[in-house]
Amino acid sequence: MSALNTLFERVKAEDRAALIGYLPAGYPAVAESKDLLTAMLDGGCDLVEVGVPYSDPVMDGPTIQAAAGTALRNGFRLRETFDVVKAVTDHGGHAVVMTYWNPVHHYGVDAFARDLAAAGGHGLITPDLVPDEAEDWLDVSEGHGLDRIFLVAPSSSEERIVRTVKASSGFVYATAVMGVTGARESVGAGAAELVRRTRAHTDLPIGVGLGVRSGDHAAEVASFADAVIVGSAFVTAAQEGTGAVRALAEELAGGVRRKSGHATVAP
Amino acid sequence: MSEASTVTEQRRNPHDPDERGHFGPYGGRFMPEALIGALDELAAEYDKAQRDPAFTEEFDTLLREYANRPSLLTEAPRFAEHAGGVRIFLKREDLNHTGSHKINNVLGQALLTKRMGKKRVIAETGAGQHGVATATACALMGLDCTVYMGQVDTERQALNVARMNLLGATVIPVATGSRTLKDAINEALRDWVTNVDTTHYLLGTAAGAHPFPMMVRNFHTVIGEEARRQILEKAGRLPDAVAACVGGGSNAIGIFHGFIDDPDVRLVGFEPGGHGIESGEHGATLSHGTPGVLHGARSYLLQDDDGQTIEAYSISAGLDYPGVGPEHAWLKDTGRAEYRSVTDDEAMDAFQLLSRTEGIIPAIESAHALAGALVLGRELGPDGLIVVSLSGRGDKDMDTAAKHFGYVEDS
Repeated sequence: MSALNTLFERVKAEDRAALIGYLPAGYPAVAESKDLLTAMLDGGCDLVEVGVPYSDPVMDGPTIQAAAGTALRNGFRLRETFDVVKAVTDHGGHAVVMTYWNPVHHYGVDAFARDLAAAGGHGLITPDLVPDEAEDWLDVSEGHGLDRIFLVAPSSSEERIVRTVKASSGFVYATAVMGVTGARESVGAGAAELVRRTRAHTDLPIGVGLGVRSGDHAAEVASFADAVIVGSAFVTAAQEGTGAVRALAEELAGGVRRKSGHATVAP
Repeated sequence: MSEASTVTEQRRNPHDPDERGHFGPYGGRFMPEALIGALDELAAEYDKAQRDPAFTEEFDTLLREYANRPSLLTEAPRFAEHAGGVRIFLKREDLNHTGSHKINNVLGQALLTKRMGKKRVIAETGAGQHGVATATACALMGLDCTVYMGQVDTERQALNVARMNLLGATVIPVATGSRTLKDAINEALRDWVTNVDTTHYLLGTAAGAHPFPMMVRNFHTVIGEEARRQILEKAGRLPDAVAACVGGGSNAIGIFHGFIDDPDVRLVGFEPGGHGIESGEHGATLSHGTPGVLHGARSYLLQDDDGQTIEAYSISAGLDYPGVGPEHAWLKDTGRAEYRSVTDDEAMDAFQLLSRTEGIIPAIESAHALAGALVLGRELGPDGLIVVSLSGRGDKDMDTAAKHFGYVEDS
């Protein structure tokens, strides 16, 4: 049983959704990013996604693009990802890494998995790697006991959802809307529908991301998903420091516990 | 049958990638799941279109009656004197409508856009050749057109921005990253993932995720097929070498494919050497890059020790791309094609030389192939025969050229 399985079972036993927060490693610099991520844990995130800053983040909107650019200009090196993951682990938290594929490809898939596992990381979220191209990662992740979090999207066919959840472990990442990352006014009715379609093919927990920014959003998503994933809103809060990050985490943690089961999805 | 008609007849050729788009270890689909459905739809529509005589006929008619195909094959004897007396023939893609080879691919993809029932097209452009060609095809077919162009390029290619505006396209300057072609592609992909239901991404080179590399190649194979027939008519034999510039690699893959099954014909791609390889400021992806993943495919890539993309540089706005089409990566590894680099200065010397010896002003992109042909010619000796892909005309480059040669003050 993987660490993520245990985590989601515990959350489920509390009859609530999990809160997953994203921040890039090395933003604004490595030491500060460790503090920001631990503030996210202290505020109530069950799991953190440690983002790898990348030069060509095609799935990211302006907020995360700018943060990745800042981290790279401040000298972020890929191997520091593992230092940041270790800081989360040492703080008693749980971390997965979210990364575009080329840095992993270049580092070496096996070496990356080895170093991530050694730092206490639980797995990888791969926004531009679909299972079709993931043969080496499927092998390597087994060997190192890491989870593979692939994405499903509103445009995914049934056939693709089946293929994706079959290759996934830990949880499945459902992108709520068609688009790039960024806080939005509403999460969109498509999210609940995507979760329903995905649920038909898997018992894995399903996390919903893209656009969540408030406690009310979190409560809304928690009414139909197993995890609420928040990225850009944390990056925006990080510009104000650890206090703002912690406060946002607390608000969202309240949201995932408030799920009423009959919350309506905003149009 | 028209001269252009064979372009879509050679599907299922042995040089096609596997069904998931792999050329050996290269290519594939390293894309967000959200776009896989659109790529599947495009691949299915393209497959259907290839088997539909109505599509083939419409495409061939457009190439003939609108794009001005077949393009000429012109001998360049006064230019060739500077290459040790070798015979050099120029495949005149500069004479196509819109002034470059790009029109072949955009007409094909615009037809597919209509077949898919999509009303909106987005595209990236570097020098503006592909943007102008896309805006042209969209005007012709009544499609809404948005072109992403790096801010650096909108400045150095202002005239092409005006052309696109005149043709009814919206040009969006991209101010992220290096503010050139690579970032324009990033921004176009972000638009596509947001608007994929209504929008076709009309990618301008034989790169990106499957089916783009194969499809774009096939739309350009007409270049090589015409050139092969024409050189046999004019010279009575196959050339010793075919030379083309390589940025993303679309004109090169198009002309190479006319000769790919002729093992005695050397296929030579010339990449932008910029200020010289040792300066680090270049775009010679195949000659000096390493395998990696960018913009949807595994191929060669300019990247640092952490797999971060290194910004490419070239005096040519159409060549400064840090990636390259995956089939070129495979042709390099198998040894079927060879890739070399040409510096800014060498390219500009060839640019001026062709202008003054033949009265043909080439695109600076194409001048890289011309500079390469001068070197190849001296290697081959006076009995040699070279076909050069003159992929575009140089009108768009006059500002850059005037500054380079000091005809006007560099402001």
